[in-house]
Amino acid sequence: MNISLILQMAADAAPDRIGLVCEGRQWSYGALDRMARGAARSIAESGCAHVSLLDESSEAAAIALFGAAIAGCRYVPLNYRLAEADLAALLGRIAPAFVIGDADRVKKLGPDSRHLTWSRSAFLEESLRSADLRAEAPEPSEDVAVQIFTSGTTAAPKAALLRHGNLISYILGTVEFGAASANEAALVAVPPYHIAGIAALLSSIWAMRRIVLLPAFDPDTWLSLAASERATSAFLVPTMLARIIARMDKGEPADLSALQSIAYGGGRMPLELIERALELFPRTGFTNAYGLTETSSTIALLGPQEHRAALQSSDPAIRARLGSVGRPLPTVEIEIRDQDGRALPPGAPGEIFVRGDQVSGEYREGRALDAAGWFPTRDAGWLDTEGYLFLAGRADDVIVRGGENISPGEIEDVLLTHPAIAEAAAVGIASTEWGEAVGVALVVKPGRELPSSDALRALVRDRLRSSRVPERILAVEALPYNEMGKLLRREVRKLFEARGPAAKSQ
Amino acid sequence: MKAGTKLKSAVCDGEVIVIRGGDVVVECGGVPMAEERPADRLPINAAFAEGLRMGKRYVDATGATELLCVKPGQGSLSIGGVALWIKEAKPLPSSD
Repeated sequence: MNISLILQMAADAAPDRIGLVCEGRQWSYGALDRMARGAARSIAESGCAHVSLLDESSEAAAIALFGAAIAGCRYVPLNYRLAEADLAALLGRIAPAFVIGDADRVKKLGPDSRHLTWSRSAFLEESLRSADLRAEAPEPSEDVAVQIFTSGTTAAPKAALLRHGNLISYILGTVEFGAASANEAALVAVPPYHIAGIAALLSSIWAMRRIVLLPAFDPDTWLSLAASERATSAFLVPTMLARIIARMDKGEPADLSALQSIAYGGGRMPLELIERALELFPRTGFTNAYGLTETSSTIALLGPQEHRAALQSSDPAIRARLGSVGRPLPTVEIEIRDQDGRALPPGAPGEIFVRGDQVSGEYREGRALDAAGWFPTRDAGWLDTEGYLFLAGRADDVIVRGGENISPGEIEDVLLTHPAIAEAAAVGIASTEWGEAVGVALVVKPGRELPSSDALRALVRDRLRSSRVPERILAVEALPYNEMGKLLRREVRKLFEARGPAAKSQ
Repeated sequence: MKAGTKLKSAVCDGEVIVIRGGDVVVECGGVPMAEERPADRLPINAAFAEGLRMGKRYVDATGATELLCVKPGQGSLSIGGVALWIKEAKPLPSSD
């Protein structure tokens, strides 16, 4: 099966219904489907095996995604925020490619003249020209639909492969065809090169929920677009939600009366932030979605009722679930394993493994699935007795102090309860005594003083075990994040290394 | 039946795509489906006329056969005269 079926069926069911809105331009399902077929002709004629997008979100992203699928090519959206050298390296790995977007930048980046470059407008014009010459979807010789380069926060980016079967399984397992009512609109602010951006297109078109694209996120534009388009749902990464709430707290007027649901994911949600959000949007349903590129998006979720139930509960075990990512989808299995690959019981932290038809676990560089089809996520976590999944950072981020595994998140959560602390990052630092010890980098709230090291150590000691008490505490102006709000722990570790082992930081 | 094969009804406009299936013959409206539709529509068996709904997945009792309806129709699906039914999925909140 080919993902182009998703758009084709929406177009068959309601050709004139508006499926996508971007900067005032409206596209019906029928028009999008015709454009995708037109694009597929141009792509097939080019002879390129990869269709790449180097552009912000627009209708061209949807047309390129489905056009590539119809032509039997891989769709490879690229991160336009990458530095020139990194981007050039990725383009080199997919040459020759049919590249849509910033054509001038592609030409400047390298001597590889095999790439066929199209500005967004040229691509759309050409697709329109070929639109009425109907191209049938071939039985795809290429069954990889999408290739996404991982962000490479720890190593060189890997090329994650998602097959048509993985994406179709995800959609059929999580979304009901045509289930959206005519007034439903999803506000999509994630960039097109992120798995959430691809999943948003597929899910919303299958549900026949109108997509409202926001090409470049900023909180004011998001608020005004949510109001003017009467958005009923939205997906946000936690940093986006934090910035929206900061604007609202400053009194930015916002009509969010249509907004029934907000889904969030793609990074750690601070407990304080989600509590504030639930208070600020009492009638909005919040869903925490946990997933990875390699799993075709969401594999576990904490739904709206579970959020409210946790918030209102006096049972600490239920209350704690506000900090969980909920339970696995009915169509996937999740297992926690120790370093020797043994399955662990509830409560015991280890590495999260996942299995299911939507899980690709496959890179151009090789498959990461084990013989039984389990994918090691490299995320650390544990399950509670009811099957709620708690994340404890990347498996590579776990601090091993004298043989004891410490998850950075538990220390950060405690430090964030201090009224003067705005942001906290705990990392493993070299220690002759323990192998690794805990180092924390802190950002102090504006107008507040950095608390004394003794006070901070006492705070951690009182709430956690003494092994969690930070050896070194460093105050910084800002913590290093990537553009999706993911903390770059490698960079945080460098902050400590730069100061040298002897330097006294508080 | 190979996954990805499209089967057309001989009694209505209905079409399905095979998600999973073995060596079985699927009927729509009581008449075998095929990759090509006959030039003339065949009469529908009234016992299999509950309709085929777009975007729904249909399964047999063993779960060995799973079909996705890609075009709606008046006929309903069966294998060897035994009706298939809609695979109900637990409704999930939108997470994208």
